[in-house]
Amino acid sequence: MNGPLSVATIIAALVLAAWFLLRAALNRPPSNVDLWATLALSALVLVLVVVAVIGLFDGSRPSDTPTFLGYLVTTVAFGPVAFYLARLEPTRWGSLILGVACLVLPVLVLRLQQIAEVTTGVS
Amino acid sequence: MSPETPARPKDAALGTGLGRVLLLVYGIFALSASARALVQISTHFSEAPLAYLLSAFAGLVYISATVGLAIGGARGRLIALVSCSIELIGVLAVGTLSIADAGDFPDDTVWSNFGSGYGYVPLVLPFIGLWWIWRHRP
Repeated sequence: MNGPLSVATIIAALVLAAWFLLRAALNRPPSNVDLWATLALSALVLVLVVVAVIGLFDGSRPSDTPTFLGYLVTTVAFGPVAFYLARLEPTRWGSLILGVACLVLPVLVLRLQQIAEVTTGVS
Repeated sequence: MSPETPARPKDAALGTGLGRVLLLVYGIFALSASARALVQISTHFSEAPLAYLLSAFAGLVYISATVGLAIGGARGRLIALVSCSIELIGVLAVGTLSIADAGDFPDDTVWSNFGSGYGYVPLVLPFIGLWWIWRHRP
C-alpha cells in the first residue's frame, strides 16, 4: 500500500486538482481532455485498489479490515462519481467538482495507507 | 462573473451549478460521518456512547442535506434548509463543548473541535449551504 503506485496516484491527483481549480477560477467548463484525465486517474486508482485487494490474500491484513474495505470501495467509486457529476455540469462548477474530487482522493489514499500500516499476522 | 457565463436563471434547479458541487461534498460527508458512526457503534460503543451517537446523528443530518439538494423543488429546499441549520447549530455547539469539556468527548466526531480533523470543512460547509439555499429562495 505504501509503494510507488500510491505516491504516483497522490501526485497525479494533486496536479490534476491544481489544474481543475485553475480552470474553475478562470470560469472554464471541464474540457474533453479534462474528463479523459479524470477517467485516466480513475483507472490508476482502480489499479491501486486491485493491488491492495490482492495484498489482502498474502498473509498480513490490516487489523481493521472492514474499515479498510470500506475505504477501498469508496476510493474506487470516487473518480467515476466525480466524472458523472462533472458531465452533468458543463460550467465552471463542473471543473470545481473535478478539483474537489482530486483533492479528496489523496486523502483517501493516505487514510488507506494509515489503516494498512496497522496489521495483524506476518508482515 | 466573466462574460462567458450567462446570468444564472432564477428558476434554475437547486441541485445544479454550485449546488452540484455541494451535493458532492455533502455526499462525501454523509458517507464518511455515517460510516465512521457505524464502525464506532458496532465495535466499541461503550467507550464513548455520547460521541458515537453524535457521529450517527451528524451522519443522518448530512444524508438528509444531500437528499434535499438532490431532489430539489420546494420540498427539497426545505429539507436542505432544515438540515443545514441543524448542521450549523451542531458544529458550533459540539465544537464549543469539545473544547470546553474534552472529558465528554474522548473520541472524535466529525464536529469535534469545529471539524478540525476534516480540515474545518464541516464548519464552513453549512455557511455555504445556507447561503446557496438563501440565494435560491423562490
